[in-house]
Amino acid sequence: MFEIEAKGVYFKELNEMIRAAIKDGEKDITLKNVNGQYYIGTGLCEKVNITIDGVPGNDLAAFMDGPTLLVQSNAQDNIANTMNSGKVVVHGHAGDVLGYGMRGGKLHIKSDVGYRVGIHMKGQKKNSPVIISGGTAGDFFGEYMAGGTLVLLGLEVEDGTPLVGDYLGSGMHGGQIFIRGEVDPTRCGAEVGVMELTEADLKVLRKYLEDFCKDFDLDIEEVMSKPFEKLEPVMARPYGNLYAY
Amino acid sequence: MNHNYQKDIAGCGLTGLISRKRKRVSGAAISKSLTLMTDRGNGLGAGYAAYGIFPELPEHYAIHAMFDYESSRREMEESLRLRYDIEKIEEIPTTPVGSIKISPKLIRYFVKPKPERLRDANEKDYVVRTVMRVNSQIEGAYIFGSGKNMGVFKGVGNPSEIAEFYKIEEYEGYIWTGHTRFPTNTPGWWGGAHPFTLLDWSIVHNGEISSYGINKRYLEMYGYKLTLLTDTEVAAYILDLLVRKHGLDMRTACSVLAAPFWKDIDRMEEGEREAYIALRSTYGSALLNGPFSLLFGHSNGLVGINDRIKLRPLVAAEKDDMIYMASEESAIREICPTPDKVWAPRAGDPVIVELEDS
Amino acid sequence: MFKSQALPEFLATIDNDKCIRCKRCIQNCGWSVYEWSGERVLIDSSKCVKCLRCYHYCPVEAIQILDNPTKYKENSSWTFNNIKNLKRQAETGGMPLSGMGCSLPYPILFDSLLLDACQVTNPSIDPLREPMELRTYLGKKPNKVEVERGKDGKLKLKTKMPPRIELSAPFIFSPMSFGAISLNAQKVLAMAAKECGIVMNTGEGGFHEDLKPYSKSVMVQVASGRFGVNPEYLNAGVAVEIKIGQGAKPGIGGHLPGEKIPLQVAKTRMIPVGTDAISPAPQHDIYSIEDLRQLIYAIKEATGYKPVSVKIATVHNVAAIASGIVRAGADIVYLDGFRGGTGAAPSVIRDNLGIPIEHALAAVDDRLRQEGIRNEASVVAAGGIRSAADAAKAIALGADAVAIGTAALMTMGCTVCGKCYTGNCSWGITTQRPELTARLDPEVYGQRLVNLITAWKHELQEILGALGVNAVESLRGSRERLRGVGLDDNILDILGVKPAGR
Repeated sequence: MFEIEAKGVYFKELNEMIRAAIKDGEKDITLKNVNGQYYIGTGLCEKVNITIDGVPGNDLAAFMDGPTLLVQSNAQDNIANTMNSGKVVVHGHAGDVLGYGMRGGKLHIKSDVGYRVGIHMKGQKKNSPVIISGGTAGDFFGEYMAGGTLVLLGLEVEDGTPLVGDYLGSGMHGGQIFIRGEVDPTRCGAEVGVMELTEADLKVLRKYLEDFCKDFDLDIEEVMSKPFEKLEPVMARPYGNLYAY
Repeated sequence: MNHNYQKDIAGCGLTGLISRKRKRVSGAAISKSLTLMTDRGNGLGAGYAAYGIFPELPEHYAIHAMFDYESSRREMEESLRLRYDIEKIEEIPTTPVGSIKISPKLIRYFVKPKPERLRDANEKDYVVRTVMRVNSQIEGAYIFGSGKNMGVFKGVGNPSEIAEFYKIEEYEGYIWTGHTRFPTNTPGWWGGAHPFTLLDWSIVHNGEISSYGINKRYLEMYGYKLTLLTDTEVAAYILDLLVRKHGLDMRTACSVLAAPFWKDIDRMEEGEREAYIALRSTYGSALLNGPFSLLFGHSNGLVGINDRIKLRPLVAAEKDDMIYMASEESAIREICPTPDKVWAPRAGDPVIVELEDS
Repeated sequence: MFKSQALPEFLATIDNDKCIRCKRCIQNCGWSVYEWSGERVLIDSSKCVKCLRCYHYCPVEAIQILDNPTKYKENSSWTFNNIKNLKRQAETGGMPLSGMGCSLPYPILFDSLLLDACQVTNPSIDPLREPMELRTYLGKKPNKVEVERGKDGKLKLKTKMPPRIELSAPFIFSPMSFGAISLNAQKVLAMAAKECGIVMNTGEGGFHEDLKPYSKSVMVQVASGRFGVNPEYLNAGVAVEIKIGQGAKPGIGGHLPGEKIPLQVAKTRMIPVGTDAISPAPQHDIYSIEDLRQLIYAIKEATGYKPVSVKIATVHNVAAIASGIVRAGADIVYLDGFRGGTGAAPSVIRDNLGIPIEHALAAVDDRLRQEGIRNEASVVAAGGIRSAADAAKAIALGADAVAIGTAALMTMGCTVCGKCYTGNCSWGITTQRPELTARLDPEVYGQRLVNLITAWKHELQEILGALGVNAVESLRGSRERLRGVGLDDNILDILGVKPAGR
C-alpha cells in the first residue's frame, strides 16, 4: 500500500505523483485527504487500485482505461466521463452527468445520483458499460443512451417517493435500463418502452448486482426480492421521421 | 481599434559612428558624412542623434520637445512638473538658416521622476508612459528625445541645413547617427524626421518595412502607442520590448528583427534549433519584413543591421577604436579616408559594437 | 404513392442517337436515376441531384443534366427553394435537410476585400527564386522567450515551450468524420496531409486503424457524441479538438443518418447499425465556460498535455466567447463561419443562424489583442475558404491558419450537389455504400489533393511576394495590407480595414 498525501496539492501535481507511483510499480495507492482535486484517474490505463480518502473533484476517471477507484465518501459531477474500462466505486452519493459517453467498465454508486446519468452511454457485446445506483436518480436518466446497462435500485426510498426523474431514457436508441420498482410511463421519453424482464435479463441483472452487493456488503437476495422493470428503445431510429430528404 | 491611419513612406540614407573608448567627436564629422549623401534624401527631413553630449547632467532624462503652440507647451510643462523634478529648462540652441523658414518651438528639459510619484514603478516605464501620453494626448506637443546624456536634432531640411540650424558642430559625443530622408507623403512635419528615439534608443532607418501593419498591431498589444506611423518607430518599440522588457540580448533581438530562414534553423544543432524555433514562432509578428537597414544607438553602443535578403545597403568600417556604418562607403571615406577595414555586413547579420567600458 | 408536388430541380437527358447502351450511367449513378428498359436507358429525373458523375463517365457525351425548365411561376418573394421546401414539408412533416454550406446569396466579404502590392517605395519579391516561407506553428506561444547564450555563442532555450503543431503552410483540413465521409475519403485527406506537411482532422467518428501510418498528420476530435473516444484515440494524433459547434449548424448537434451507419461505422462509434448517430447539442459536460476548462484539462491530463483546439461556430457574441475559450486554456481556437460545410443540417438552421467568418475573425483577433492574450492561442479560420486568395485575406485579418473542407472534397469529385445526408454520393465521398466508396482510390485522389495544396502554396507565395514580404507571419494580422471595396463604414470598422483609396 502506497500512500500519497493530497492535502492542498493541486490536481496537476497530484496526478503527476500518481503517475510516478504507477511507473514505479505501485499497484495499491491510497490518496489521503483529497478534497476537490479534478481528474483523479483520468486517462490512466494501468490495472491499479486507487483508494480515495475524501471527496474527489469532477471528471474522476475520465477517459480511464483499467484502474479501480474506490471513493470512501461522496463524489461530485462527471465521474467516468467517456471511461473505457475499469471500475469506480463510490460509498456515498454522486452528482450530475455520470458516465457520459461511457464505453466500458463499471460505476457503482451506493446511493443517489444526479441528472443526466448514463447520457450517451455506448456499448457492444465485448465492451459494455454498467452503472448501478443504489438510490434515486434525477431527470434525463439514460438520455441518448446507445448501449450498456443502467440499474437504479432505490434501496432506501420510502414507498411513494419517485425513484427517478422526468424524461427517463429520452432519445434512447440502444442499451437497457433496469429499475427496481414501477416506472411511470408518462415520465419516459417517447423512444422507450417499459417491459417485463425475461429470464435472460434476470440472469444478467443478478450477475451485475452480485458484484454491486459485494462492494457495499449488501444481501443480493434482498435486493432481488422486489420486482424490476426494464426499459428498452422501441425503435432503432427515433428521429428517422424528423427530416424531409 | 484605430485602423484609419495613413502610414508614412520614405526612402533615405543613414550614417553613424562610435568611439569604443568614448572619445568625444564633434558633430561636424557626422554632418559631413551625411551631407555627402544628400541625394538619398529630398530635403524634407534630416536629423542627428548624439550620445555623451551632456556630461554635466548625465543622470537626468534629457526630454527634447517640440511645440506648435504656446498652449501645448504650457500643458506639457504642467504635466511634467507634476511628475518630475526639473533640473533645467532651456531652449535648444539654433541659428537662423535661410532655407528654414518656420520651425516649431524647441525646448529641452533635464528631469528626474518625482520619487513620490514613481513609488515602486519601473523608472523607464514611467518615462515611456510620459512620452506616450504627451505624444498621443497633447495637441501640438511632441517629445522627440527622452534619453540620458543624449540629444536629438532633427527637422525639415537637408542634412547640412539641419546641422547648421542646430549648430551640431558645437556638440561632442562618442556615438553619432545621422539620417537624410526622402518622404513621399510627408506633411513636412519636424517630428517625422529621423532619428527616432525612445529613452536611450535612437534609430535611423532606410527602407520601408512591409510588415508594418502587423508589427504595429503586435506592439499595440503591449501598450505602445504608435503615433508617428513610421517604420522607424516600429523598430524602436520592438527593440524596447525585446531588449528592455523581455530581456533578450542585442544579438538575439536582432535575430528576431531579421530572423534566420527556416531552412537554416532546421540545419542547426538540436539545442540552438529549439531556441530559434521558439523565438521565431513566438515573435513572428515582430519580424521586420521588407527592405531595411537600421542603425540603432543606445547608451552602451551602436548596432547596424539590414534585412534578411539584403534589400537595403549597409557598409561598415573600422579605424582604431572607431567603427563607422553608413548606407554608402563614400560617406565613411568622407570622414575616415583610410580605414583599417571596410566590409559589407551580410543580410540579417548584425554589426554590434559596444563601448569598451560597458 | 402520389406524385410529389416538389418540382425536380434538374432534368437528366440522354441523346439516344449518341447513346451506345454501355450502361455506365446506370452503374455510376448512386441515386438510381437511370434504369435499363431492355432497349434503352430510362430516366427518373426526380432523383437527380446534378452531381454529374454520369456526365463524366458517359464515353460518348450523350448525357446532359439541364436545369428543369419547368419552374414555379417566378416570384421574387417566393423563391423556388421556398416553395419546394414547403411542399416537401407538407408531404412529410419533416424538416428539410441540407448538405454543404449555405448557398443563399448573403454577401461574401472576401469578395469585397483586395490585397496590397508593392510598387517602388518598397520592392516586391520574386517567390520563384527567392525564399518565401509559409511554415506555421499552431498552438500557444509564451508571452516572451527566455534564452541563454552559451560560451560557444550558441543560444539555448530556457523557456519551456508549450506543445505546438508544425505546418508547412497555414492550411489544415476541416474535421470530417468516418461516417460522414467514407474511409477512402479520410484516407485521401490523411495521405495528402502527410505528403503536404499539414494535418487532417478525424472529426467525431473514431480513428480507423487504416489511418495509423498518418498519425503525425492527424488531429482527433471529441464532440458531444463521444464516438470512438478512448485514451488511445486521444493520444493517436498530434492534437485533440473539442467540437462545440459547427458553422453550418450553430447551436445544434451532429446528425449522421442511419443510412450512413453500416457495421463498420457502427463499430467504431459503438452504436447499433442503422440507427441515427446523434451528437447532441451541447456537450453534456459543458454547460458553462468553467466546464469547458474542465474538459480541456481532462484531455490534457489524459494526453500528457497535447495541444487542445476548441472549435466553435461563429455566432453574434463570438469575440467574448473566443476570449473565454482562450482563458479556459485552449491552445487553438477554431472559428467555423456560417458558410461552412456539413454532411447534414436542417436547412432552416444552415441558412439562418450564425455570422460569416470574416466578421467573426476580425472581431476575435481584435478582442484577443485588446485583452493582450493573442499569443495564448492560435486562431484557425474556416467556413467558406474557397481559394488561396480567401486564405490570404483571412490570414491578413488575423488567422494563423485556415481550414478547408469543401474545397478538399472537390478534389475527390464533389460538385457541391449538397445531398451528402442521403448517403448516396456517387463519387464515393459522403457515402458508406461499398460499391460507391470503392470508386474513390485514395492514391489517385490523394495526389489531386496534394496538387491543390501545392497550387495554393504557390499562390500564397505569389501574394506574399507581391506584398514584399517573405514570410507568412508578416501578412498574419496585417490588415494594413487589405482594402475594402464597396463596404460601408461600419463593416470597415469591424474588419479594421481601410477603404480602397485611403
